Amino acid sequence: MRISIIGAGIMGLSTAFEFASAGVEVDLIERHQGPGLGCSFLAGGMIAPWCEVESAEPLVCNMGQEALHFWTSDVPVATRQGSLVLAAARDRPELNRFSRLTSHYKRLDGAELALLEADLQGRFSEALFFPEEAHLDPREATRALAERLAAMPNVKLHFGVDVSDPADVPADWIIDCRGLAGRGALPDLRGVKGEMLVLRTQEITLARPIRFLHPRFPVYIVPRGDGRFMIGATSIENEEEGRITARSMVELLSAAMTVHPAFGEAEIIETGAGLRPAFPNNLPRFRIEGRMVRANGLYRHGFLLAPPVARRLRRTILEGAYFPEVMDVDSRERQRA
Amino acid sequence: MSEDKDARPFAVYGTTLVSRLFIGTAQYPSPSVLSDALCASGAEVVTVSLRRESGASRAGEHFWTLIREQGLRVLPNTAGCRTVKEAVTTAQMAREVFETSWIKLEVIGEDDTLQPDVFGLVEAAGILSREGFQVFPYTTDDLVVAEKLLAAGCEVLMPWAAPIGSGRGLNNPYALRSLRGHFPDIPLIVDAGIGTPSHAVAAMEMGYDAILLNTAIAKAGDPVAMARAFALGVEAGRLAYLSQPMEPRDMAAPSTPMSGLAFRDTA
Repeated sequence: MRISIIGAGIMGLSTAFEFASAGVEVDLIERHQGPGLGCSFLAGGMIAPWCEVESAEPLVCNMGQEALHFWTSDVPVATRQGSLVLAAARDRPELNRFSRLTSHYKRLDGAELALLEADLQGRFSEALFFPEEAHLDPREATRALAERLAAMPNVKLHFGVDVSDPADVPADWIIDCRGLAGRGALPDLRGVKGEMLVLRTQEITLARPIRFLHPRFPVYIVPRGDGRFMIGATSIENEEEGRITARSMVELLSAAMTVHPAFGEAEIIETGAGLRPAFPNNLPRFRIEGRMVRANGLYRHGFLLAPPVARRLRRTILEGAYFPEVMDVDSRERQRA
Repeated sequence: MSEDKDARPFAVYGTTLVSRLFIGTAQYPSPSVLSDALCASGAEVVTVSLRRESGASRAGEHFWTLIREQGLRVLPNTAGCRTVKEAVTTAQMAREVFETSWIKLEVIGEDDTLQPDVFGLVEAAGILSREGFQVFPYTTDDLVVAEKLLAAGCEVLMPWAAPIGSGRGLNNPYALRSLRGHFPDIPLIVDAGIGTPSHAVAAMEMGYDAILLNTAIAKAGDPVAMARAFALGVEAGRLAYLSQPMEPRDMAAPSTPMSGLAFRDTA
């Protein structure tokens, strides 16, 4: 069996890894010159299945726990230090709401928080700690996956190749993992704008991601090592590409400075804006039409959901398994008919 | 029985509405949940923030299409605008994009309470009314400001119950009640600050014509169930208002006559 996968973002890479590990001949085709340079490049990289339940379906939590295993065992690039949820004193109801909607956390007082993150000493009187969660650097993760794939004899990587119509690719199966670029065949796919920035400062050390709750949108700070911190991310229902607005920048920065004023002295080393591909229920799905499979809609959960979705995709194609929670039932029925 | 004005159907700017619940579309977990919540609420009017979701060159089209497919009337808003000029420009863009002259006018004056800048609001309402807009002003419960908004051309008033997103309910029932008493024939819609259906019931029992809310449904653990709860609350409050509630009194008044009971002494 020969499978062609279009798109080497986190969905395409995870899918290639699943099939290749099962011994299938895989061609991975990417229009950029390297892996993970689209939407995945801007991801936060929080592997936080329990925190996500605050605004996502339980399915995200269930599949996210598989991803936690994947990123700590199969491709162990994640750091498992848990994650913290904080709010300014005036937004304390937000912290209560978060705790009501989630599980697998401990409530910390200010002293307990300072034991985990010394730099937050005296800054917050309350926090939620999710000890089982992890985080990773998305760029390191996509690179690690690509390196593993490159080392497999049954995998061919094709970078800088633009496929105009995936249906023309010769293979037993074609798996379209192009994200928003594949929307031509997915009329209900939309883009949700996200903006981020990366700061660098040696004055602050954080061991784990911090979610800072805010009535309008939650801001998170993910430590990336070498004094770098990713600050993200807005979530705006429009499809405008490539520009971070002044307002978003100010809101992200002021949230970071509320967590720690020393972020005000940090250097802004990167800003970015991209579009997350999402279906109306904000959950991932794959659709099968003949030998064409379209896997898409990972929304804010690329690194959290790509490995479990890829696993279900592999089991569907190779074992005839059936996962209605992530498969388009109609297309499956059509295929059987 | 009820006065005639209460028997009249609810209408704003000549449009008759059955539902007295207006819903905001922000902060839902997903468009699917939003869609289900809108269905459960029975709302006919949704407000949409143009400024936040538009970006350059109408890039929010896809999300708006999802809302339009619900077959609901769109009340675009100027949320996030802080000056008269911003609000007027946003309203003009909204008219073009949504092909409606309705505009929910917000001019925010203070960041901590998101309190309306009532001076800017009156000025912007005048400009937009002269340009043919049908303005739904988000205002405080101040009676004199309300008068000036009407003089500026507004035919609907939307006083706050409490600051946006605070969920505190009716902060000043006295002011809301006197506003209702002062403007018996103007459609009054409570906009902002409603947290639970009981708040909505209280406002509707005062005789308010409708309720506009967003966060209380969008941020509930189960937005769809909460949307239904608010639909019922608004309906209950309206029915209670129309049915003329009893007067409260200090002493008990038995619902069954006490005197002359045949077996009273043997009990």
